[in-house]
Amino acid sequence: MTPEEKKAFEDELYTYVGKAIYSAPRKGYDDVNTAMIRQWSEVMGDKNPAYNDSEWAAKSQRGHTIAPPAMMYAWTQEGYKVASEGRPADGQVEMVQFFDRHGFSGSLGTNVDQEYFVEAKPGDSIFEESIIDSISEQKSTARGIGYFFETYAKFTNQDGVLIGTQRFRVFKFIPPVEAATAPAQDGALEVPTRAVSPRGQDNKWWWDACDEGKILIQRCQNCQTLRHPPRPMCGECQSTEWDSIESTLDGEVYSFVEMHHPKFPGYQYPLVVAVIDLAEGTRIIANVVGCEVKDIHIGMKIKGKVEQVDPKTMLPQFYPVAGSAA
Amino acid sequence: MNTFNYADVKVGDKLPALEIPITASLISCGALATRDFEPCHHDKSVAQGMGLTDVFMNILTSQALMARFVTDWSGPEAVMKGLKVKLGAPNVPGMTMTVSGEIAAKDDAENSVTVEVTGENNIWGMHMSGSVRIALP
Ligand SMILES: [Zn+2]
Repeated sequence: MTPEEKKAFEDELYTYVGKAIYSAPRKGYDDVNTAMIRQWSEVMGDKNPAYNDSEWAAKSQRGHTIAPPAMMYAWTQEGYKVASEGRPADGQVEMVQFFDRHGFSGSLGTNVDQEYFVEAKPGDSIFEESIIDSISEQKSTARGIGYFFETYAKFTNQDGVLIGTQRFRVFKFIPPVEAATAPAQDGALEVPTRAVSPRGQDNKWWWDACDEGKILIQRCQNCQTLRHPPRPMCGECQSTEWDSIESTLDGEVYSFVEMHHPKFPGYQYPLVVAVIDLAEGTRIIANVVGCEVKDIHIGMKIKGKVEQVDPKTMLPQFYPVAGSAA
Repeated sequence: MNTFNYADVKVGDKLPALEIPITASLISCGALATRDFEPCHHDKSVAQGMGLTDVFMNILTSQALMARFVTDWSGPEAVMKGLKVKLGAPNVPGMTMTVSGEIAAKDDAENSVTVEVTGENNIWGMHMSGSVRIALP
């Protein structure tokens, strides 16, 4: 989109803000009923007697069964037509098609906020009134470029009493090309592993040794200075001649952080990443494991072991030396 | 079946974790029970066309499981006041979702507690996070 095209698109897009999704309050096809409540409860594994046990409910504070409040939005849904013929036109469908025509065909529900004021019970009719409440400016996210829109719905019963409200946020975006051209196949879910170590000319030897269970420290052949991480030239004497020694992995915590957010798939939490002083005199960055996070402290004596942390990754993991934690 | 009294719970109390195996049955039947007939929740070929391996859980099922998790703990006299959910990675068959929660706030005016809830699946991590507000006797 050129800036001019984008402006024309947005000028039309933002006219949808404030528009009603249905021309009149939409009445659920069925009144609140025990059959649909039972089916919902069975599938969700919800054994709450307030929903299905009329004997229990008669003696409860309420005196009768209720519909699960989380079913509020289910009562006014369109039904099987959505799969067999496509969703019938309404204000939201019209806006979604406008997005689709301009390439924003990806759709992702991101947030639902519901407030409940009155519990619905079998026999109640549910009416929904919805508007397109807001549309964001253009956003760039991990999914792609697009716009968030938010609908606002009010649910009332046959007496006009407001039983609840809902905000529903959707991201409409330009989907990545590969998703459209390469449909996924049947197969086992690939379990994510840790970020793969980048192996270049200068450090491949180090990772290859790690894969075999050894942590090496580079040593200048000219002046014997140790260095880590691996690099081609000695910082002391500028020699490019080097060999290596194997670390005993005796060390102590120089500094550490606990990674909380965002959580990356493939990593085990709690996740403590430490800068470690090795007995040989160099430092290494690695995980501290095998104790409570609260017991880790600067100066704590630790001992490393090279372990397989996931199906693809060998890494040194450092454990407290007996008596050094807490 | 007992329900917690407002006075008996405090901020920081943890709810017992709930492990939910994610199956094609749960996903497709959950979509139908919430009357969500979008094909991606019951037709694998449509979900695969969207780049996923299989059908994926609809929002109203995630929301239902979050609600159930809280009322399983609170007991049946609790009155649900609000539910907020933010969606993350999809739930697809073959995963296990672990739901956990903790009381984050109490409101004396309403006798309500807000439980912060997260549902993480064992493959992609965070599926849902949010909160459920319930009034207790
Ligand atoms: Zn040197």
